[in-house]
Amino acid sequence: MSHPTKASEFLQDAAKAKWHDETLWFVRDKRDTISKTIPEWEQLRELASQIKDNVLANLDQYLIQFEEKARANGIQVHWAKDAEEHNQIVLSILQKHHCKAIVKSKSILTEECHLNPFLENNGVEVVDTDLGERIVQFLNQPPSHIVLPAIHLKKRDISELFHEKLHTEKGNEDPAYLTHAARLHLREKFLGAKVAITGVNFGVAETGEFVVCTNEGNADMGVHLADVHIACMGIEKIIPRRKDLGVFLRLLARSATGQPITNYNSHFRSPAQGKEIHIVLVDNGRTDQLAREKFKNSLKCIRCGACMNTCPIYRRSGGYSYGSVVPGPIGSILSPGLDVKKYSTLPFASTLCGSCTDVCPVKINIHEQLYEWRQEITKAQGTNAKSISMKIANGIFAVPFAYKVTGSMMRGALKILPDSITYSGLNTWGKQRDLPESPKETFKDWYKKNR
Amino acid sequence: MSSRENILAKIKAIPREDSPLPEIPSFGFPMDHKAAFILSIQANKGEVITESELKDFIAINRFEKILNLAKGMESLSTQPLPSDAHELNELEVAIIQGEFGVAENGAIWLTDENLGLRALPFITEHLVIVLEEKALVSNMHEAYQRIGAQHSGFGLFIAGPSKTADIEQSLVIGAHGAKSLRVVLK
Repeated sequence: MSHPTKASEFLQDAAKAKWHDETLWFVRDKRDTISKTIPEWEQLRELASQIKDNVLANLDQYLIQFEEKARANGIQVHWAKDAEEHNQIVLSILQKHHCKAIVKSKSILTEECHLNPFLENNGVEVVDTDLGERIVQFLNQPPSHIVLPAIHLKKRDISELFHEKLHTEKGNEDPAYLTHAARLHLREKFLGAKVAITGVNFGVAETGEFVVCTNEGNADMGVHLADVHIACMGIEKIIPRRKDLGVFLRLLARSATGQPITNYNSHFRSPAQGKEIHIVLVDNGRTDQLAREKFKNSLKCIRCGACMNTCPIYRRSGGYSYGSVVPGPIGSILSPGLDVKKYSTLPFASTLCGSCTDVCPVKINIHEQLYEWRQEITKAQGTNAKSISMKIANGIFAVPFAYKVTGSMMRGALKILPDSITYSGLNTWGKQRDLPESPKETFKDWYKKNR
Repeated sequence: MSSRENILAKIKAIPREDSPLPEIPSFGFPMDHKAAFILSIQANKGEVITESELKDFIAINRFEKILNLAKGMESLSTQPLPSDAHELNELEVAIIQGEFGVAENGAIWLTDENLGLRALPFITEHLVIVLEEKALVSNMHEAYQRIGAQHSGFGLFIAGPSKTADIEQSLVIGAHGAKSLRVVLK
């Protein structure tokens, strides 16, 4: 289904859509406020971008270095070329430990690999432990935002859901009460799990350690109580040096939610005595994206979600309208790399205003890449309704007489034509918008009279 | 060909221009470290307290399950460190020695040596970190300079109590981990 179709579904509930728009703008605003307290903010963005450029230029060497160091630290390293292999590796570790239930903290990569349904089909119970992710998991939905997974839901929805699943009081919508109920429910899961899965924010080639950032502490609750920690990491998450973390940790939370740092930033270097740490390094299309000169910079992304919070389209269409694991502007340049046909409408879900590029902490030229994808997709798809109208417009603008005649015709026609024709399905610009009143005379006529 | 070789070969085959790794300046910090650190902890919904305020906090709440690993506060402990972290589930207060704090964001660095068990600062109901006033650095760049080549199996920056805003963006303290963070500056 296309982005516009799903966006109009989202907009059915006007009040909720307005709340969604305003709430994400509020998060964007918090990001602006805190970034302005750091005089070197722009310099940090530039440094982060340069570090990531260096990573992309030397990715193979850094991966080899990371693997070597991690192994020396007692971590078991696995390589997966695609989602299927990633899922098989995770399952085989679980089977080796006779594990039938796991806890998992937020990991966009495991969403990308569809790990949950795969494990469930193999008889493993998966419990997502981030509160927002647990909420959407109860509803059998994917996250609608990479940092705020349940941002599309209102507390009334969550109250009803928890009443059904966790037997909370009917009608009690107090976020503190609902969060406490989830705490009790998940505490039991943490205490019972033998294996915990996390994502990875940064993998450090120099030391072989990896860093996981959360505010809830759910990743740590899971892994420190379990015997086995499986960390799933996209190969682009490598950074060269430990000190590079100084740059990225200053940027990440400020860009994501407007806070100075996430409350828990855990550096895993070797397993605790008697325990195991596994890292699964996953390609799943990343090397293909790296080979696309125009689009490789999308791999610099640190998944802060700032481009979503600022995007006028994302805010007004919701995460599900994109139909891809990573929604929003960054998702619209990553997803076509995975399946250009399936995600062909996403690069058009943008005004090309460039706000995403302006807030990106690693300076990805998101809006330029959106424009580039449009060229690729239009070339591949051939003529469509829009390109026909563009060709007609080209003819009209090229000939002054045609322009003059068409102009007066259109001014007349807009007055006479019924709304059902002006706002018909053929005029996509008429959706959710009113045309301005057409002027009585042309600018040219006005100018002749008034100069 | 294994997936490892496959991935590495695919990367190697891509023509790439080298891009130099930048040096990271340390950047200045305009504020007094202590004043900035206290403001940062408060902004993260933590508190900075004195040793006697810590004793009051324990007395008023009549906490009975307290585990102390900080220097010079051994008398506050009511129980020893268990061998299995699951036994900490009922723990009311954990008191831990912090390595150093970061003024710009309130983050406090802890390692295996400070933690005893890695689950300790998460599973406890209330967390207290004892920090020496002179152990404050300005920003994250200075923090990593200070960590340097230090080798710990696990290292952690904690900046506040466990929190979430996943229900309608309403901030709730005490998601899964510690419901409060108090820092004793000495």
